[in-house]
Amino acid sequence: MAITTVPETPRKPGRPPSPYSARPQRTSLGRKVRDNLTGHAFLIGAVLCFVVFSWYPMVRGIVMSFQRTRRGETTWVGWDNYSRIIADPSFWPAWQNTFYFTVLALVLGYAVPFFVAILLNEFRHAKGYLRILVYLPVMLPPASALFLFKFYAYDPSEAGLFNAILKALHLPTSQWMQSPEMTMPAMVIASTWMNMGGAVLIYLASLQNIPGELYEAAELDGAGIWRRIRHVTIPQTRLILALLAMLQIVATMQLFIEPLILANGAGAEDSATSVAYLIYQHGFFQNDLNGAAALGVIMLVVLAGFSAVYVRLTAKQD
Amino acid sequence: MSVPQYRKAAAVALVAGLGLSLTACSTKSDDKDSTAGGKVTITVDCQPVGAQKELLKNWNDDVAEFQKQNPDIIIKSVSVGEQCNNPPDFTARLAGGTVTDVFYGYMTDLQQVLDSGQAMDISQYTNKDTIPTWDSVDPALKGVFTDGGKLYAVPVKNYSMGLVYNKVLFQQAGLDANNPPKTWADVRAAAKKISALGNGIAGYSEYSAGNTGGWHFTSLLYSQGGQVLTADGKKADFNNAMGKQVLQNIKDMRYGDNSMGARQLLQWGDLLTNAGAGKVGMFIGAPDATQAIVSQFQGKFQDWAMSPLPGQDGAAKGTLGGGEGYFFKKDLTPEQVKAGLKWIAYQKLTPGKGQFDYVRAKPQNYPVGLPQPLLFANGSEAQKQELELRKANANVDTANFALFEATPVTIKGEPRNAQAVYAVLDAAMSGVLTNPNSNIDALLKTAEEKVNQLLAAES
Repeated sequence: MAITTVPETPRKPGRPPSPYSARPQRTSLGRKVRDNLTGHAFLIGAVLCFVVFSWYPMVRGIVMSFQRTRRGETTWVGWDNYSRIIADPSFWPAWQNTFYFTVLALVLGYAVPFFVAILLNEFRHAKGYLRILVYLPVMLPPASALFLFKFYAYDPSEAGLFNAILKALHLPTSQWMQSPEMTMPAMVIASTWMNMGGAVLIYLASLQNIPGELYEAAELDGAGIWRRIRHVTIPQTRLILALLAMLQIVATMQLFIEPLILANGAGAEDSATSVAYLIYQHGFFQNDLNGAAALGVIMLVVLAGFSAVYVRLTAKQD
Repeated sequence: MSVPQYRKAAAVALVAGLGLSLTACSTKSDDKDSTAGGKVTITVDCQPVGAQKELLKNWNDDVAEFQKQNPDIIIKSVSVGEQCNNPPDFTARLAGGTVTDVFYGYMTDLQQVLDSGQAMDISQYTNKDTIPTWDSVDPALKGVFTDGGKLYAVPVKNYSMGLVYNKVLFQQAGLDANNPPKTWADVRAAAKKISALGNGIAGYSEYSAGNTGGWHFTSLLYSQGGQVLTADGKKADFNNAMGKQVLQNIKDMRYGDNSMGARQLLQWGDLLTNAGAGKVGMFIGAPDATQAIVSQFQGKFQDWAMSPLPGQDGAAKGTLGGGEGYFFKKDLTPEQVKAGLKWIAYQKLTPGKGQFDYVRAKPQNYPVGLPQPLLFANGSEAQKQELELRKANANVDTANFALFEATPVTIKGEPRNAQAVYAVLDAAMSGVLTNPNSNIDALLKTAEEKVNQLLAAES
């Protein structure tokens, strides 16, 4: 829906100009609001939603992380929740699991969409259909996609889809989610399949912006496909690659739904416990909302660090 | 209407709409003071959901009948979906202050409810006037909801664990369904025979996720004579020979005998789904597990029987008991508390009414004849009435539960901070069920450290 707020009728003499006029002048806030009532009404809606559903919970969480509630009495305990949560034997393993997932997701979940995009970009026919096929899993609700993996693909018996394929290839079968060693790789495979479509489309758009002359010149110089990728494609898409890497890190570090569904929570010997799942466990199973809030703040700080890098990269691109 | 006027009207409508929708998001009850006109209103949760047509009709009929008998009380029923059997939902509502005036909770939830500051001391209100059968209610169950001499909830259901087994699979495996396993060696031998039937059937099945692994570990430990926490509740007490034996039994069955099926990391519904599909020979559970198998997972009552929990070398030395109750939200008026108690008395604690309306339940095919709930003390008047009604209207074969009933095992309550302890112990159970090289000593030691730490943090 297009919203036009710029007045098109000529102003009467003496009336203050619109905030959108070429030479803005000082006007009262009330006048500004009155002049753009519809726009501000929509703005109020958005701001209210952010305040109520995003900012207030965040501030409340930070305050709660310095408090303890017992028997309905809330007391200020300073950094106690933080020291307690850091001393939790699950704290470092959860970070370890989360970083492991993030690294695997960077290796697999980040690289695969890039190469799929390059492949799609090379196709001359049926491009649209192929893009739809790649994007289809994104349209599947994450829970449904993960249940498909859980009950069919990762069935640890020989009837499981992946195990049947491995068996047909005369390769050893796997216990998938039931093996502490396979938990993370299996979650990354499922996650990559689910989320690849969006990244592929972004890469494709970026690849199509690369001038064809560069490839022609490279070909004339005798560059094969790998050299063209290395010397033309990667440098030309460097910024998009960096931005998506940052987004991938921020997104994968919030790993939650995969352990919850694929591993029924903590997984085999806690091998699926991520930081986000640990927050959930403290808050909703251990009756420790304050500890959960403290862990949430720690995660916020870590992710804010990555986001700062992302913002710098975005600014550079602009 | 001119364009500017139209815009202003649209803007005002938009803002007003937003305000209204945000107000509508609030679920807090505004009925606290609704005693106008001499009527008292209370909100009560756990109304059956729409899909449970008959249960919902029964509930609504009970509300209508109760209000007819008590014209000064209005019951507002709230269906909160999963809240009534899902700890995270319950915690969220408790933390958000959106519980109903009279709200359901597990026996393990008392400390959590007290910490949230949401519960009311109802000691002075619970008596024969508000609950006619109050003197018959088992004092041990009242004790579970008592803290510092104050009562915070009314018990409405209880259970204890035993061995649930599939008679059909027993027969197919050449086992005597009337002589079920009594020791873990028996269980192991029977499980081997049942799993030998093939077709993905697990001879014995066990939980290891969603806190249910820790819950069953606790029950198995009790069967050995052990305890999860020390008597003062301040330290873990499972890293010992009995705890090791519990895990060793399971590991031996899983990897020594290969009699526990391929798929592990099961939580509550997973195991019962397999059981309903006829893929599980034995598991430990409460009598109402068979009810869930039938009502939710398409199983048949006649296929299932129960015996006492097996012990290591002989009879079990103890079994886990637990249950549910209704709490009262703080700041209710005395009239509201009394009205709530009357409703609970009618719906949950009166033989022949509500959950004990066996005459109504029988033709609806809801199970009548299961050994539980046992809310009333042995020999009490209410117990006699309830047992007579149950016997007269039984629609399940009570012989299937006769062994369980005839061989009572000492019931022990759940440990302090049970859900958190169970969450930790899930890892020990998943370890022996998913890793053939798992180190039982290391699993127990890690779990012990974690439990001690969370107990220290709680104190």
